[in-house]
Amino acid sequence: MEALYATTVGMLTACSIYLILRGRSFPIVIGITMLSYAVNLFLFSTGRLVMNELPIIGNQASYTDPLPQALVLTAIVIGFAMTAYSIILAVRVRGELGTDEVNEPDSSDAEGQR
Amino acid sequence: MLSQHLVILPLLIPMVTALLQLLPWGESPQRYRRALGMLSCTLLIVCATFLLISSASSPLVYALGSWQAPFGIVLVADGLSSLMVLLTAVLAFPVLWFACYGEDNLGSHFQALFQFQLLGIIGAFLTGDLFNLFVFFEVLLISSYALLMHGGGKLKLRATLHYVLLNLTGSAVFLISLGVLYGITGTLNMADLALKIATLEGDNASIARAGGLLLLIVFALKAALLPLYFWLPQAYAMTTGTVAALFAIMTKVGIYAIIRVFTLIFGDDSGAAALLGYDWLWWLGLGTLAIGAIGVLGSRDLRLVISYLVVISVGTMLTVFSMNSERSISAVMYYMLHSTLITAALFLLVDVIAKQRGKTASRIIKGRRMAQHAALGIMFFIAAIAIIGMPPFSGFIGKLLILEAARTGAQVALLWPLVLGSTFLVMVALSRAGSRMFWHTFEGKPGDVTHPQGQLIPIGMLLAAIIGITVFADVINQFVERIAYDAMHPAAYIEAVLGGPDVK
Repeated sequence: MEALYATTVGMLTACSIYLILRGRSFPIVIGITMLSYAVNLFLFSTGRLVMNELPIIGNQASYTDPLPQALVLTAIVIGFAMTAYSIILAVRVRGELGTDEVNEPDSSDAEGQR
Repeated sequence: MLSQHLVILPLLIPMVTALLQLLPWGESPQRYRRALGMLSCTLLIVCATFLLISSASSPLVYALGSWQAPFGIVLVADGLSSLMVLLTAVLAFPVLWFACYGEDNLGSHFQALFQFQLLGIIGAFLTGDLFNLFVFFEVLLISSYALLMHGGGKLKLRATLHYVLLNLTGSAVFLISLGVLYGITGTLNMADLALKIATLEGDNASIARAGGLLLLIVFALKAALLPLYFWLPQAYAMTTGTVAALFAIMTKVGIYAIIRVFTLIFGDDSGAAALLGYDWLWWLGLGTLAIGAIGVLGSRDLRLVISYLVVISVGTMLTVFSMNSERSISAVMYYMLHSTLITAALFLLVDVIAKQRGKTASRIIKGRRMAQHAALGIMFFIAAIAIIGMPPFSGFIGKLLILEAARTGAQVALLWPLVLGSTFLVMVALSRAGSRMFWHTFEGKPGDVTHPQGQLIPIGMLLAAIIGITVFADVINQFVERIAYDAMHPAAYIEAVLGGPDVK
């Protein structure tokens, strides 16, 4: 199970890094969303992977660590808000600048102007 | 009763204020919102002062919901945190005053966002838990995303997009490093982490080191260290003066986080993970210093010049910090006070200058005379002397302390030429800018944009604060020396949080 889990996280991270390094805002936003999935999965696994156990100490011989689940929940909520904001921002950029390129074709002209 | 909850007050004040400001206030809501904002900033200064006084002898620990560390989240106010909170409050008051003359009308909810930003910054300074630090980073980031866009405009939009995307990736890396550290040690409380990391050996120590270096990357992104500084000049130069002035504290949040985490968790006594990343900080800090100096000289816009001055100050502080001695940390703290206040003053001043010059704005070219030429000229002169580091102002004392902190031959050989060389380049750049803007003006009638005298007062207040930390340099220096001692000897902090040396 560990190997499958690690491969999944690794694949997601690799794909997201490829997407984040693209030059257009849409793939980057998708990449960041995928990265946050990978991160959430990774965080979830930091309490070690155990199956069919309760998150309560003392009830049984082994237990699953509840803290990473709380952390993941927080991270999901924050990540969701941030993704929503970045999508709106990307749409605004596309609308106002007429292009979804992250970098301007030549940025030297714009220097020094607000 | 109140003194017991003093540690959480600096968080509650901006939060409650922001929530109140979001209420519909009838016909002219901005008047009430401004009054609330100014009230909040005044209360913050009072609270932060009390916090500084009462945390002077030993760290104050506030366990939220009375869940004791390391199981619950704690807020910790030691000398370092309280000083940073006071600095934030002292910065916020004049900046908000300046914004109340109409700049807060450029976009909706500026006032509430300002308070949320303060909440995030102060929370990051006060928390004693790494995951909580992440949450407060997100609070300050999400309000900074919105503030950076304040006023609108195409160039701002692109700078904001870069800033947002970089910081979103940074947040993901932050979470990965937290996961790594939690997976190895099973705790996220900073004091507890410090104890647990010190006992690690073998493979576990290597993984913890990897986690620590990931944290360093995140903090370096916030602080704008060399390979990760590219977002800063553009973002700071494009946004409005008030927002840039408030953001003067943002890079310092990154530097504070580096000082806190890398003295407490990865300090001298951390076993296999001791002094993690210090050599990286030394070289990258020197590089940042050099790049910043080149940027200052190469910029054709006064806003960009000041943005690069921020980069220089970051490079200076992190290089000096990496020398890892009490003397160097106290020098960093003094320089941090100076550089935050003076950068904010300059950003506000340039905003006024740019508006009064009309079309030429803040570009360093010949332009019209300004309506309030003399007053602005005198302020620019004082601010420039202070930030260059010439006597008699605090910049000089700060640089003196920094140069004194370098002890060994190798440190002197690299740090002295770079600090003094960058000082020289900054002097050239600022005298060029000053003489173009204030002396080589077109003949004829001056521009007709004037600012109310009241709006120049906040800039005067920031400059007065600079003179204040110059006059009381000795008192402040003694205080920061104690902070540096505490940072180098984290046992007292750990004991205060975990309640005694027997808890392991």
